[in-house]
Amino acid sequence: MKKLINDPSKVVDEAVAGIAAAHPELRVIVDPPYVIARGDAPVQGKVGLVSGGGSGHEPLHGGFVGHGMLDAAVPGAVFTSPTPDPIVAATKAVDGGAGVLHIVKNYTGDVLNFETAADLALAEGIEVESVIIDDDVAVQDSLYTAGRRGVAGTLLVEKIAGAAAERGDALAEVAEIARTVNANVRSMGMALAPCTVPHAGEPSFDLGPDEIEIGIGIHGEPGRARIAMEPADAIVDRLLAPILDDLPFASGDRVLLFVNGMGGTPLVELYVVFRRAAEVLASHGIQVARTLVGSYVTSLDMQGCSISVLRLDDALTELWDAPVQTPALRWGR
Amino acid sequence: MALDADWTRRWIELVADRVAERKAELSHLDRDIGDGDHGENLDRGFTAVRSRLADLDADATPGAILKLVATTLISTVGGASGPLYGTAFLKASMAAGDAETLDDRLADVLAAARDGIVARGKAEVGDKTMVDAWTPAVDAAAAAPDAVAALAAAADAAEAGAAATEPLVARKGRASYLGERAMGHRDPGSESTALILRAAAEA
Repeated sequence: MKKLINDPSKVVDEAVAGIAAAHPELRVIVDPPYVIARGDAPVQGKVGLVSGGGSGHEPLHGGFVGHGMLDAAVPGAVFTSPTPDPIVAATKAVDGGAGVLHIVKNYTGDVLNFETAADLALAEGIEVESVIIDDDVAVQDSLYTAGRRGVAGTLLVEKIAGAAAERGDALAEVAEIARTVNANVRSMGMALAPCTVPHAGEPSFDLGPDEIEIGIGIHGEPGRARIAMEPADAIVDRLLAPILDDLPFASGDRVLLFVNGMGGTPLVELYVVFRRAAEVLASHGIQVARTLVGSYVTSLDMQGCSISVLRLDDALTELWDAPVQTPALRWGR
Repeated sequence: MALDADWTRRWIELVADRVAERKAELSHLDRDIGDGDHGENLDRGFTAVRSRLADLDADATPGAILKLVATTLISTVGGASGPLYGTAFLKASMAAGDAETLDDRLADVLAAARDGIVARGKAEVGDKTMVDAWTPAVDAAAAAPDAVAALAAAADAAEAGAAATEPLVARKGRASYLGERAMGHRDPGSESTALILRAAAEA
C-alpha cells in the first residue's frame, strides 16, 4: 500500500489539522472528536445546517462548510459515522436561535448516531429537524433492506438547503426544501477499481483486471453487480437508465446533471462521461439547465464515477445559483 | 462462582483482549459484506473501556460497570455497532440495577440487552445481524438451571446463531445492499456478539 500517510491511525487527525491550517476562515476543533464549523457561527436568526459522516469522502462534508452551505460538518473515523457527542457539540455551536437541520445520509450508523444526537440536542432545548438522504437507485428500497443509501445527491441537498437557510427561511421551510431536493434527485455509481482504507491496508473488495462494479456506495462496499469492462458510453447508459426510470424523468424536464468522481478518476474521464450523459438526456428531451463535474463525494482512492440527476424548478434553480463560499464550492460572492 | 463486580470486570477485560486479538478477523468478515472496519471500531471502543474501567471506583456494582461500558462505546465506536452495543450494555446495566451480583437475574440482563438492540436497529431473527446471535443466546440462558450454566448455554447458542447467518440474505444493515451476494458470508456483528458472550462464560 502506497499512500501519503504517516500512521494509518492518525489519518483523520492529521487531515483535520490540515483543513484547519488551510482554511483559517473556518473554526475547527482539532482535538477528537472533531467539528468543522463556519468561522462566524452561530449566525443569529439563521437556521444552522449540520451534516457529517465517516471521513474518506472529502470534500464532503467539511469542504462544504461556509456561507450559503453547511454551518458545521462532523467527520468520523474513515467510513465510520461520528458518535453523538460531536454532533451535539456541532448542533450547539451553530444554533443561532432559529433551530438546526441535520442532513443525514441513509446509512444505519449515521442514522442511529444522528438520531441519538438530535434527542440529546432537543433535551437541551435546541429545535432540531432531520432529513435523511437516500438518492441511490442501486439499492432496492423495500422493507427487506436498510433502504436506499445517501450518496452524491447529498451535496445538492446541502447546497440548496444551505441557500434557503442563508436567505432566512425558517427551519420547517429549509427542511421541506431539503426533502424536495432529495425527492427529485436520483444517483447511481460504479467502480473501475476498489478503494483501500488506510487502517485495513488492502482493497475493500477484489476486482479482476477486466471487471467493474455497478451500483457501488461510497464506503468501499461492493455494488449490486459485477460485469466485464465496457466502453465509457455503455457504462453511462447503464447508470442513467435506472436513474431516469426511477423518478421517472420525462421529456420537458429541466435538470441539474452532476458527474462525480469517486476519488481516483481523472477529470478528463469525468468529462467523457458527462458528454455521453448529456447526449442521452437530450435524446429523452430532458434539458440540462445546470451542471457540476468533479470529485466532490468520494470514496478515498476508488476509481469510478457516479451520475446524479436533479429535476429543477425555478425555486430550486434560484437556490442553486445563490452565492456559496466554501473550501470546495464557491461562486457568486 | 458469583457473577459479582469482579466477574463483570474480568468479563469486560476479556472482551477487550479477545477483540484486540481477533480485530483483523472481524474486519475481514466485514470486508466481505460491509466496509471492513468492524474489528477496528470495536477495538477502539474496548481499548477506551479498558482505560476508563481502571479509573472506576473499586466498589462499583456490576450495573455501574456495564453503564460505563455503554457510555464509552456510544462515545467512541461510531458506525452502527457503537449505538447498538452501547444500547445493549445500557439496557443491561438498567436490568442489573444496584444488585451486588447478577446470579439471580442474568437471563433478564441478557434479554434487556437484546431488546435494546432490537429497539434501536429494528432487526429480527433471520435478518443476518447480531440479533441472530443474541436471540438464541437469550432463549438458551432463560432455559438454563443456573447462572453459570446459562452463560455457557448462551455462548454456545450465540456461536451457533452466528454460524447460521452464513447462508442468509441480509435484510438490515450495510450487507442488505448486496442482495444475494451476501450469502455464504458470516455476519460480523453476530460473530462479535458470540465473542462477547463466550468471554462472559470464560471470565
